[in-house]
Amino acid sequence: MTLLAFARGPALQAAVLIMIAGICWRLAGIFLLRRRKRFALPRASVTGRIGGAFTTILTRFVPRRTFWPRIAVSVMLSGVFHIGLLIILLGGAPHIQVIHQVTGLTWPNLPKGLIVIVSGLTLASMIGLLIRRVLNPVLRLLSTVDDYLSWLLVFLPVLSGVLLSGETIGGYGTLLALHILSVELLMIWLPFGKLMHMLLVFAGRGAMGIDFARKGAAT
Amino acid sequence: MMHHKETLGTMLARCGFGRRGLLKFAIAMTSSLALPPSVAPVMAANLAKAKRRSVIWLSFQECTGCLETLLRSSSPTIDQLIFDFISLDYQESLMAAAGSAAEQTLREAMAANKGEYLLAIDGSIPVKDGGVYSLTGGRSNLSMLEEVAADAKAVLAIGTCAAYGGIPKAYPNPTGAVGVEDLVSNKPIVNIPGCPPVPEVLSGVLVHFISFGRLPELDDRKRPLAYFGTTIHDQCYRRPFYDQGKFAKSFDDDGARQGWCLFELGCKGPVTHNACASLKWNGGTSFPIEAGHGCIGCSEPDFWDAGGFYTSLAGGSATGWKSAGIAAAVGLAGGAAAALSTRIATPLEDAPASPPEKTPPEKTPPDKLP
Repeated sequence: MTLLAFARGPALQAAVLIMIAGICWRLAGIFLLRRRKRFALPRASVTGRIGGAFTTILTRFVPRRTFWPRIAVSVMLSGVFHIGLLIILLGGAPHIQVIHQVTGLTWPNLPKGLIVIVSGLTLASMIGLLIRRVLNPVLRLLSTVDDYLSWLLVFLPVLSGVLLSGETIGGYGTLLALHILSVELLMIWLPFGKLMHMLLVFAGRGAMGIDFARKGAAT
Repeated sequence: MMHHKETLGTMLARCGFGRRGLLKFAIAMTSSLALPPSVAPVMAANLAKAKRRSVIWLSFQECTGCLETLLRSSSPTIDQLIFDFISLDYQESLMAAAGSAAEQTLREAMAANKGEYLLAIDGSIPVKDGGVYSLTGGRSNLSMLEEVAADAKAVLAIGTCAAYGGIPKAYPNPTGAVGVEDLVSNKPIVNIPGCPPVPEVLSGVLVHFISFGRLPELDDRKRPLAYFGTTIHDQCYRRPFYDQGKFAKSFDDDGARQGWCLFELGCKGPVTHNACASLKWNGGTSFPIEAGHGCIGCSEPDFWDAGGFYTSLAGGSATGWKSAGIAAAVGLAGGAAAALSTRIATPLEDAPASPPEKTPPEKTPPDKLP
C-alpha cells in the first residue's frame, strides 16, 4: 500500500472515527457538568437571553478600546490567521471537493494563486503569533504543551498545502499524502486539546451571554 | 526475409531507410530517452552495426492487451522495425509452433543465447497454492519464470501486471498474484507499466539496449526515468486550467467542453507517472485526457484498489455512517461515564439554609442597573 493510499484509506477512516468519538465524549462531558445552583432571581434584561447570547458572540469579535494598544498586533495577526484559514478551507477547489463528497454541497472555488497567497499570509501570521507567545513572559508562562501542539498541528497542513500547490519538494503524490496525513493528525487532536474551540467557541460565548443577560449585565 | 547475421543498418536500408533516416531516428530517440544530443551519431552508428538480439517473451496471468498494443502499429516507422529486428524466439500467442514443438523452441533459444537473451514478461505471476492458477504445458508460471530468468541478460516487465501485479493482484487477489520484481532479484529488471504500456517506451528501452549494450537509467521503481520521470499532470495540456482553478464538474458541462481540468472528475494524472501526455497513442493522435476522460492511473502500483476512478484525489474512502454512528455512541457513553464518575467523586456544594422567596423579576431599566 502506498503512502497516499494509506492516507486516503485507513488513516482517513481512523481519523474520522477518533474525531467523532472524541467530540461526542467532550460534548457529553460538558452537558453533564454539574451546574451551580442559582439562588439569585433573574434580573430584567434589554436583550433577553437569546439576544444576550448573540450579542456576546458578536461583541467578542471587537476588542475593548482600552486594551487596544497592547493587543493590536496579536488581534490583527489572529484575524489574518483565522480569516486566512477560512478562505483556504472554503475557497480551495480540493477542499470544496471534500466538502461536496461528505455533504453534497458545492460552490465556486477561488483561483489557486489567490489561495497560495492567502496561505502564505496565514503561515506568516502563525509564525508571528508563535514568536509573540514565546517572547511574551506572561503568555509563555500560561502556555502549555497543548498550545504548542495545537499550533503545530494547524501549521503543518497549511505548510504542506502550500508545498503541494507548488509541487516544489517531492512529487505530487508524496506531498498530497503528507498534506492529508497532517490534516488527519489535526482531526485526531481536535477534540482533546484547545482546538476544540473550533466547535465550542460560539457555544461558549453564547452561554456566557445568556448568563450575563440573566444577571442583567452588559455584555 | 531477415538473415540472422544481418545488421540493423542493412535491414533498414532494405526497408528504405538510409543513413540519414537512421540518424533522424537516433536524434529523436536520444531526445526521447533524455540523452544529450551528442549521443545521437554514436547511437546511429551503433544501431547500424547492431545484430539481432534474442528476446524470449513469456505471457503469464494477462489479457494480451500489452501484446496487442505493440502489434497494432499504425505505420511502419523505425520504431516498429525495431520490433521486427529483435529475434522474438518464443511468444506463445504469435509463434506458429505449439505444444511440445513450442517447448523445444524455448529450450533451443535459451541454450543458443544463454546469458544474452532478453526476457520479456507480460502478466502477473500467481504464487498461491504453488502457482497452480496459471499453467503452460502443465508448468506453473512461477516455475517457468525461475528457469528462464536464470540465464537471461535482463528482464523486461511489460505492463502493470508484470511490473506490480496489476488487476490480478487487486483485492482480494485470489491467486496470490505478484509482479516480476517480487520474484526475480538477481537480474536487472526494467518495469514498463501501463495498462497497456506505451509502445514507444518499449522501443526506447530496446534501442538503448541495442545501441549501448545496457539498460537506460531507471527510477526507484525500476522504470525508465526518461519516460516515467514526470507525471501525466506535469505534461498535460489541461494543466494551465488546474493552476487557474478551472475544473469540469461533469463530463458534459461547459467546463468539460472548454477543456478544463478533470481533477474533480477523478483524474489521477497528478499521481501517475507515464509518458501518455507527451508521446500519446495511435501514432501521437490523442490520449485519454484529450479524449475527455480523466487518467485512471493504470501505470501505478495497485491502481485498481486506489479508490474509485471518478473519486477526486482530494477525497478518500471515508468511513460509513454506521461506523460513524458507533464511534459517536462510544464517545457519548465514554464522556457520560467520565462526567458521572466526576460528579460522584466531587462533593456537593453547600446550599443556603433558606432560599429567598420567589418574587416576580424586578423591572429595572438597563440604565439604572448598577
